[in-house]
Amino acid sequence: MTLPANKIITINDRGARAATTFGSLSAGGGNMVFIKKLTASSDSNLTFHNGVSSVVLDSTYKEYLFTFKNIHPSAESDLLFQANAVGASGFNETITSTFFRAYHNEAGNDTTLAYVAGLDQAQGTGFSTLTDGIGSSSGTVNNDDNASGYLRLFNPSSTTFVKHFMGITNQQNPAVYSVNNYFAGYFNTTSAIDEIQFKMASGNIDAGDICLYGIL
Amino acid sequence: MSLIKYNDRSLRNLTTTPAAVTGNSPGALVHIKTLTASSSASLTFVHGSSDVVLDSTYPIYKFEFINLNPASDDKKFQVNFRDGGTNYDATKTTTNFFAFNREGSGDPGFSYSTGNDLAQSTAVQVISESAGNGADESVSGEMTLFNPSSTTFVKHFMSRTNTYYTSDISYDVYVAGYCNVTAAIDGVQFTFESGGNFDGTIKLYGIKDS
Repeated sequence: MTLPANKIITINDRGARAATTFGSLSAGGGNMVFIKKLTASSDSNLTFHNGVSSVVLDSTYKEYLFTFKNIHPSAESDLLFQANAVGASGFNETITSTFFRAYHNEAGNDTTLAYVAGLDQAQGTGFSTLTDGIGSSSGTVNNDDNASGYLRLFNPSSTTFVKHFMGITNQQNPAVYSVNNYFAGYFNTTSAIDEIQFKMASGNIDAGDICLYGIL
Repeated sequence: MSLIKYNDRSLRNLTTTPAAVTGNSPGALVHIKTLTASSSASLTFVHGSSDVVLDSTYPIYKFEFINLNPASDDKKFQVNFRDGGTNYDATKTTTNFFAFNREGSGDPGFSYSTGNDLAQSTAVQVISESAGNGADESVSGEMTLFNPSSTTFVKHFMSRTNTYYTSDISYDVYVAGYCNVTAAIDGVQFTFESGGNFDGTIKLYGIKDS
């Protein structure tokens, strides 16, 4: 029904609340929904667990997106992640994954584009690599050293399929390189995944944000 | 319960919705600005200018490139960043690699693009291959910029574009790196090489973290 623009409509507050469209805004307000931000402050890990601290990581969304902003370790180290199936612990799900990267040093005399065999997994249960070492030379880390990027996780609540993931990060690594990392793979389980943990290979995450979004 | 009188215009003009509609979670990808090039030498997003937001309002910004068509044939699309002052000359270290395939014979390739990366350079960063200027030829893609307002960290960015290459090749170009500055980045400028004019659209989005 189309009403004249100045036609008075009398509704009560319940009526307004019950409306499903307002102006040009549709229900849902967008296809990418912010769920949770965890901010590191010398933390050993950052963990997103469905149902804990307002985290949603279940069948509500078919795809989830984690963003990494300025991940800064306490000492030169790799950023890693793993998952737990519902009801499980230990962050040791079985992973098969790929990892390749391009890098270029600030001196301008060393470049590469290559698969990195040591940073993939073949039915491994260890933490999977999101970045190689973030930091500066001699295992130290400068104040401005960090990594940023994202990780997409597909349909973690499925009890039929393996759980695919893929992502990209960019980082500074020891000896002052810009390193662009590409990783993908799957948790080789048909159990639902409801918990994801991020940590450094050694030391703490000194600073940085990881945000979780649901994709409608 | 008291009655409130609305007319249809008042409902249409609402800019925020009740929690019942948005579930307290409005979209996290927020459109900020669309710039359209029409024989333009550059498209520039400057915080505070023409409703552009490029500061701490959002932790992550995303640019989308839609059908950027250079006026002259065989031109690469490029970006630079402003880190104080008015010049687009932030120091950058970057990587650049691509995959390609020809329309005719196939003959695909995958390689690091030496010569299109930067090492502590203030020059523009190439983010496409050489685009054709035919009516149906262009560059499209995206670029993500992380936390440009930080005065602590270097500023990472990463882009992926697809180019209709001048000699009928599809080029998938991946560029990433960082502005190696701790000054805030408050402006981003897009151009084609040699200052050539171009048509097309670039959209800027902010990604919310709350």
